[in-house]
Amino acid sequence: MKTIDFVDLSHEALKDQQLQSALNHISGGFVANRTKAVDSVENFEGLRTQAKAARDRAMQDLDIYLLQFERKVQEAGGHVHWAQTPEELAQIVVDIAKQHKAKTVLKGKSMVAEEAHLNDVLSANDITPFETDLGEYIIQLAKEPPSHIVVPALHKTKQQIKALFADAHNLGERDLDSVAGIVNEARGVMRERFLTADMSITGANMLVAETGSTVLVTNEGNGDLSSSLPNLHIVTSSIDKIIATQDDACKVLRVLAKSATGQPITAYTSFYNGPKRSTEKDGPEHFHIVLLDNKRSEILASEFKEMLNCIRCGACMNHCPVYTSVGGHAYNSVYPGPMGSVLTPLMHGHDKQAFDLPNASTFCGRCEEVCPVKIPLPSLLRKLRVKGLNKGYVPLISKWFVAAYMQVIQYPRFYRFSTALGVRLLCLFKGKKGRFKRLPLASGWTQNRDMPAPQGETFQQRWAKKQKERSQ
Amino acid sequence: MATGNKTQTSQTHALVGLFVTCPVDLFRPSVADSTITLITNLGYQIDVPVQSCCGQIGYNNGDTEQTKKVALNTARLFRPHDYVVVPSGSCASMLKNHYLELFAEDHPDHAEIKTFSQKVYELTQFLESSDIKHPHAVAQSGATSIKGKVTYHDSCAGLRELKIKNQPRALLKQHCELDITEMPDTNVCCGFGGTFCVKFSDISNKMVTDKLDNARSVEANMLVGGDLSCLLNIAGAMHRQADNAGHPRIEVRHIAELLANNLTDAAIGDENG
Repeated sequence: MKTIDFVDLSHEALKDQQLQSALNHISGGFVANRTKAVDSVENFEGLRTQAKAARDRAMQDLDIYLLQFERKVQEAGGHVHWAQTPEELAQIVVDIAKQHKAKTVLKGKSMVAEEAHLNDVLSANDITPFETDLGEYIIQLAKEPPSHIVVPALHKTKQQIKALFADAHNLGERDLDSVAGIVNEARGVMRERFLTADMSITGANMLVAETGSTVLVTNEGNGDLSSSLPNLHIVTSSIDKIIATQDDACKVLRVLAKSATGQPITAYTSFYNGPKRSTEKDGPEHFHIVLLDNKRSEILASEFKEMLNCIRCGACMNHCPVYTSVGGHAYNSVYPGPMGSVLTPLMHGHDKQAFDLPNASTFCGRCEEVCPVKIPLPSLLRKLRVKGLNKGYVPLISKWFVAAYMQVIQYPRFYRFSTALGVRLLCLFKGKKGRFKRLPLASGWTQNRDMPAPQGETFQQRWAKKQKERSQ
Repeated sequence: MATGNKTQTSQTHALVGLFVTCPVDLFRPSVADSTITLITNLGYQIDVPVQSCCGQIGYNNGDTEQTKKVALNTARLFRPHDYVVVPSGSCASMLKNHYLELFAEDHPDHAEIKTFSQKVYELTQFLESSDIKHPHAVAQSGATSIKGKVTYHDSCAGLRELKIKNQPRALLKQHCELDITEMPDTNVCCGFGGTFCVKFSDISNKMVTDKLDNARSVEANMLVGGDLSCLLNIAGAMHRQADNAGHPRIEVRHIAELLANNLTDAAIGDENG
């Protein structure tokens, strides 16, 4: 259960100089790179349409495709497990690890594993997870959750990473000033682990029903090494990752990396098909996939089903002026930014704090504009505000204010009369000044900015007078 | 019944209803005056029925039922008008797009709302529309004496929900001989967002500060926009920062005032004479 709300956390975030300097890189980096990548193809809009259609197809007949996927995985010699809740997912993973007496785990990036707090559960069962994605490794050292779904350590500056490494690795005097220095050191530390770990856990970007393949995109190759070296490989994923065919998977791949990092395609795009076959030399002998629901089937049956089309590219957060102002941790959720503000209240339906998140939007619409599968995020956020209001999660004072206002505006003459009165009152205090430094009942506005003063009478009042003069 | 697509008919008598919008009504009637000048110059009759708010506050705060009542009131109010012109992208999109979302096709009032929706235009959209043949194609004389660099803030609803991007620039060029000095991130939200700016005042302040930093980075002397609510936010923050941190002041104005050459009133938030 969450105890700290978005407003409090965002205050902290706005004051955090290191965080602000890390966030400043988003606009020149991800946003500029995405624009370039999108402009580099002739018809990105057409690619979006195709990707959306592929996702729609998968969600339309999700039940059929899930069973087809399960059958294909089983035919290839793998095992599929179903988890209703994150707790169930973690328990299934721990049970498999224990059956194989595994003590050390190579872990790739998996947001589903974050939903289940899998690292904590593994550690509590004396199983040590080693994060193999550089970003995940950094935040594992910092003992922090990811702040972005693609770039988990986005909130860290180079200086902070350098300090974490100097502290964690006992390697004496060395040069950690360059990015290359940091990356090389991580590579050196991880190499030993890759060769000795008992098992691996990776996430999945897609699950192809037609072939039973698990699709994973990475830029570091850590996923491939993790999934092929140890004898046991577990994939943690969720039911919404299903895609009908290889062809549809390619439609998603065409928009995924461009939207996420601005790359035409990620450095590695891998299709895993079960354990190693008798004719193959490498690969795990045991292959398991654990599929999490965690409210997704409820979402599928609701007015929010389009949210399940999300391919986790992170473009919505990179382009969100609220996310880029406060970073991911302020959302206090596995999923931050616009997509997180939709998913979090849907996954935590009885959590008042989660229903704060849909309010943290100006409805500027930039998220919807860049979403590679055209999820109408502002409209979903607006629907969640309706839900929040109906659940009684809106503070009474703002609820009453809005209700009273909505009543008043149904009577235009009364509205004209009241606004004329209000404006006249304001003008009494304005004198020659063009603006107010402070105003009663408007501290939300005036604590940070002046309130420009009205010019004089309201327009409607003046217009009415003019019409009267004319008719006389 | 009047429709919004009268392309060739007797436009001399076409009636335009002005939807004033709350910020203009309360804070800056000169924007409505300017809008009326621009529309009458094109040969239309203008009418301002007694009206209130478009109801966006309720719509964005979960109060769908009351918003529907407001929507129907508004649509009925403008039954006699051929066009409804709105000097705001945000309010125009509420009337044009969001009202329709509230009345599904099987709703008994869907047709009423749809007819209304088709008549609604944001001001620059109306002036620059290629599917409307205005009665007079007069080359209007806008404000041509503006000195210094002028930058333009693309308000979110106008830009993304109504696709307004080139119209204001073309109009400023045509009527005021102005070339816009584009600032970085002109398409990024200023942080107003209705109740957002009060509920999340500090985040909103960060966003408007970014906006002002961008305007200052191109040394703009004037910032123009099509939505008064955004401009009140930007001007309010600009003056606060000028007073507190000594940043240069920027003249903040609504595009209607420039196009109608109506600059006698002080810029938004400025002292009068």
